[in-house]
Amino acid sequence: MKFSILVSEGPYTHQSSDTAYQFAKAVLAKGHEIFRIFYYHDGVNNATRLTTPPQDDRNIVNRWSKLAEENNLDLVVCVAAAQRRGIVDDGEMKRNGKDATNLAPGFRISGLGQLIEAGIQSDRLVVFGD
Amino acid sequence: MTTKKFMMVNRKAPYGTIYAWEALEVVLIAAAFEQDVSLAFLDDGVYQLKKGHQTKGIEVKAFEKTWGALEDYDVTKLYVAQESLAERGLTADDLAVPVEVLSRADIGKLMEEQDVLLSF
Repeated sequence: MKFSILVSEGPYTHQSSDTAYQFAKAVLAKGHEIFRIFYYHDGVNNATRLTTPPQDDRNIVNRWSKLAEENNLDLVVCVAAAQRRGIVDDGEMKRNGKDATNLAPGFRISGLGQLIEAGIQSDRLVVFGD
Repeated sequence: MTTKKFMMVNRKAPYGTIYAWEALEVVLIAAAFEQDVSLAFLDDGVYQLKKGHQTKGIEVKAFEKTWGALEDYDVTKLYVAQESLAERGLTADDLAVPVEVLSRADIGKLMEEQDVLLSF
């Protein structure tokens, strides 16, 4: 089955991104396909590589990047939500005159159309939020 | 393009959190993609439709007027939970746009007919 996942909450404050990650791993372990994982609302904060949790805690951002690399996943951060919350890639830095980037490896910034497309293309779009 | 039935489920008050505002952005994009879009309003989500938003004091943009514009995007299916209205002392007359008031159970049945449910 083809799945997509929507992550609507930020890391650490809320369980959603942890649960979404565990769900994604389980989906792949069962041999299903993940079409896309989309990050919206504070979920975009899953995509900042500047996250530095204590050493004995899980690194939620790095975990996503690793999962994407190992499984060739499409991790998409909503551009409007990202702009509000300061998640920046090279293109956004130049476009908005910022002096830094912080997008983690494996993520890309794009529009909400990517979420709708995920809903159209996937058998199931599973939402993890509040 | 494939058309699917998308229902956006609005459960949160209009201000205080960003969910309602960002949900509206998803509604407009789904409509631009020519999907079969409907909106359900449950729990505090019914306050999103209430007439007379005055947000100047909290310095947040009011989006009450957007409801009237949804028709231009062919989004006309707005379902409101009767119990949620009643619990808050509201009726359909308190709302900014015409809606279909349904029981929670009937909204549940509509949810079963959807291809995609996005909850906010």
